[in-house]
Amino acid sequence: MSLLEVRDLKVHFPIKAGTLLQRTVGAVKAVDGVDLDVEAGTTFGLVGESGCGKSTLGRAIMRLTEPTSGSVTLDGQDILALGERKMRAVRRQFQMVFQDPMASLDPRQSVESLLTEPLRAHKIPGGSAGHAKRIRELLDVVGLPESVVHRYPHEFSGGQRQRLGIARALVLNPALIIADEPVSALDVSIQAQVINLLKELQERFSLTYVVIAHDLAVVRHISKTVAVMYLGGIVEQAPAADLYKQPLHPYTKALMSAVPVPDPNVEESRSRILLQGDLPSPANPPSGCRFHTRCPWKQATKCDTDRPALRELPLVAPGHKVACHYAEDILAGKITPHDVRPEDVELVPAGETTSGTEAAADATEAHVAGGLTPGGPPGAH
Amino acid sequence: MSLLEVRDLSVTFTRSGQQPVRAVDGVTFDVAAGQSVGIVGESGSGKSVTSLAVMGLLPARGAHLGGTVTLDGNELTSMDQRALRDVRGRDVAMIFQDPMTSLNPVVTVGRQLTEVLTRHAGLRRGEAKAEAEQLLRRVGIPDPVRRLGEYPHQLSGGMRQRVMIAIAIACRPKLLIADEPTTALDVTIQAQILDLLRNLVAESGCGMIMITHDLGVVAGLCDTVHVMYSGRIVESAGTKELFGRPSHPYTDGLLQSIPRIDADPADLLHTIPGSARDTVPWDRGCAFQPRCERAVDECLAGPPPVAELGTPIVPHPVRCVRPVGEDVIVHEGNVAR
Amino acid sequence: MSVNEVVAGEPGGPAPAATESVSSRPPRSLGREAVRRLFRNPMAIVGMVLISLFVLVAIFAPLIAPYSPTDNSWLDQVRPGQYPGPSAEHWLGIDPLGRDVFSRIIYGARQSLLIGVVSLALGATAGIALGVLAGAFGGWVDTVVMRFVDIMLSVPGLLFAIAVAAMLGQSLTSVMIAIAVVNVPIFARLLRGEMLGQRGADYVLAARSLGISRSAIVFRHVLPNSFTPVLVQGTLTLALAIVEAAGLAFLGLSGSDPSAPEWGRMLTDAQETLTSAPMLAVYPGLAIVLAALGFTLVGESLREALDPKFRR
Repeated sequence: MSLLEVRDLKVHFPIKAGTLLQRTVGAVKAVDGVDLDVEAGTTFGLVGESGCGKSTLGRAIMRLTEPTSGSVTLDGQDILALGERKMRAVRRQFQMVFQDPMASLDPRQSVESLLTEPLRAHKIPGGSAGHAKRIRELLDVVGLPESVVHRYPHEFSGGQRQRLGIARALVLNPALIIADEPVSALDVSIQAQVINLLKELQERFSLTYVVIAHDLAVVRHISKTVAVMYLGGIVEQAPAADLYKQPLHPYTKALMSAVPVPDPNVEESRSRILLQGDLPSPANPPSGCRFHTRCPWKQATKCDTDRPALRELPLVAPGHKVACHYAEDILAGKITPHDVRPEDVELVPAGETTSGTEAAADATEAHVAGGLTPGGPPGAH
Repeated sequence: MSLLEVRDLSVTFTRSGQQPVRAVDGVTFDVAAGQSVGIVGESGSGKSVTSLAVMGLLPARGAHLGGTVTLDGNELTSMDQRALRDVRGRDVAMIFQDPMTSLNPVVTVGRQLTEVLTRHAGLRRGEAKAEAEQLLRRVGIPDPVRRLGEYPHQLSGGMRQRVMIAIAIACRPKLLIADEPTTALDVTIQAQILDLLRNLVAESGCGMIMITHDLGVVAGLCDTVHVMYSGRIVESAGTKELFGRPSHPYTDGLLQSIPRIDADPADLLHTIPGSARDTVPWDRGCAFQPRCERAVDECLAGPPPVAELGTPIVPHPVRCVRPVGEDVIVHEGNVAR
Repeated sequence: MSVNEVVAGEPGGPAPAATESVSSRPPRSLGREAVRRLFRNPMAIVGMVLISLFVLVAIFAPLIAPYSPTDNSWLDQVRPGQYPGPSAEHWLGIDPLGRDVFSRIIYGARQSLLIGVVSLALGATAGIALGVLAGAFGGWVDTVVMRFVDIMLSVPGLLFAIAVAAMLGQSLTSVMIAIAVVNVPIFARLLRGEMLGQRGADYVLAARSLGISRSAIVFRHVLPNSFTPVLVQGTLTLALAIVEAAGLAFLGLSGSDPSAPEWGRMLTDAQETLTSAPMLAVYPGLAIVLAALGFTLVGESLREALDPKFRR
């Protein structure tokens, strides 16, 4: 059974207007219907660009941001149904590692106080001596000398601070750790140290991770399963190796081709899918498939009207799911990408596609003639 | 002669009551017209200070400059502020990491662009407006006429960076300095901006210095790379040579420690131990020695010599006593081969 | 960090340390670090000297002042339009009512300090209480408290002081209450804004995710980290309170005893003889400026010392 199950999770932030009598005029749909299953002892990677809702999703799972609807089940227990007191007790089971190691540590708290506070809050037995012993163990586990217990966050380097943040997350012996961009604020040479530490800890304490990051290479390196998010929804999810070997969703393809590789020979020869324009506003997301405004494979039908569900494709590796109406045809090479003009992305206000569809339809017509069978079975293999 | 010649550049910061800090130490490099030169380093390596020194943008008080910076035959370090201001914007232009803080928030995009054009290129307002529109189109901004009347906060991060680039190339500079231009951007937007910069250099034939911590960015964009550590260039080579045969233990370690999207993950990543805080002053030995796997006693016997691993035509100098792949210990006597 | 430490551990340097070294200086809390920076700042030293002088003079006024501040036994030396200037017996001369100016200035420090400290204590306590209430609970509590504070802020301070004096009668107490009330919204808004900012910080989120209770988060993390600007504001407010007290006295709104030595009242009185004896206005004016300057200097230096941006 999965350690963590998320079903149809939605986090909508109301947009308020008016100074005295506030009324809700809309909602930013930061997370809009996400399902997740995280197996115990594995790492689940969540990638996406800023504004895709990945951080909000992480916080909603931890109930640090209250979800609008849906369910989060941790180890068989529906945590969204818990009252405040019970929730506080359940928090022992899952912890968070933050992006900015300086901001996530209270500057006035010494290492000792930082690590003892959770032990006291949960009335962990052992007394001061037991707690002190636990702290020494933890510091050792994350690779810091015992002598740092009386030091303050500002006396550490970035990498050491992140080690402290990890030690804090481990204090209560959690089963699940959600790491939100755990290395992106660190120098390149320090990132590898922290990634390795996370891996070692996982083996040693059979931890389950949800790693949220924008860096696809980092996520690939540590995850068993990877999900790609775009505008509040998961567009593709697969075992890490499969996703990177054979990305199915147009957005995933574009994302992967955009990551620079530190090898000039690879850079020279690889083909890039350059996306046009920027992320549409999550307050007013495009209709149908959220990616259709920027998608080089957009088709004349369905894309701008029906929101595709995340579904497993029969012909690829098991567990490889994608939310695209035309995934089979793209995979079979039946539809080829076309140019998206920046004007199309720019001028079509998100959500209403009356003026833009004609131009986009023009662009796709040729390819429709080129053998597209909308919704047809992928029998060409 | 190269477009830009930087010779033995050093920058020392002094603050009252504190030890002077040598942020940049004996940096020498060239940029030819049409060439993209990458300067790679982590925070504190002195890469950004180098670019500010080339631009003449270091504070007059507290920063002591040594060495020479020659652009197109003109020595910049001895120029007075007024002449330097003319050079900046006209001959050299800079693109910064954060386009929000480097654009004036209360002035429209159009005004900021035309201001540069009227000031440096001597255009009249009408001409400047037309030229501004052209520039926005050139950097890939759709509907430029509308964008000219907008304020920076109305644009997305990628758009703002495009506007910054438009301002930078407005006067057809000979040299473009890009300081982490894509660090604040998402990866798909980063790809757009890098593509734009690549095309600009190819079309205009200007020289470019790309300052970044991201070896991937350099691999796809630059012709030559200089790796900086603790204020000094530790390795320089053509991009393919450098990535194909990284010879300074720092460069090598850095390349090995980066997880790659195109390779199957090893179980654990290679790591460089310690942090940049664990260092040795350059005049006593190699600053990287405390973190180096290949360190030997000779590393602390004074400033490390520069070993030339390349040929006179394809140089590949490495500031190391025991470069990766070399068995001999490099001494002052046997540096050149 | 010591270079020797790193190098010595690995002669020949085969295997570098697994993790980087930690600073070898003795650990220092932020507070101690700030105090160290404070004492290195010449501005702060000047300010602290001024404040100490001011406080010592106020405490030991009876020992320092050569005469009683209300003793008018030198009235016979005063002729209209002619007031004896500084002399060996009377360092700052004699005022029109035949009193020793130096003694009055010395005793005046007591009054000013009393008004400053008491009004600050009252105003800051009430303001901090309101700020904590709004900042800790947020939501509708915050809205109600802040509207209340806005209303207080919308009434001009001086006008309010005059109203208080009219209601409670002319007394030292009404002066102190008036100044305190003017300060309440300043502290409330400052603390509330700071707390709201801190509440969104990652370390608060981290504490929440650890299951630390809400009150513990507010009192152990949010409040201590929000208090720095309040501390700075406190010293600045003290300076302001001294000036305000003088201002109220100048308008005739100080205590009921007109002969009580007070810098603001001395200024008012000196106004009548400004042409013939301008120095009588200069002395109390200078005293007010120096005392206020002392607190301002210390306040500004504190701000610098506690600001993380100046930290290295």
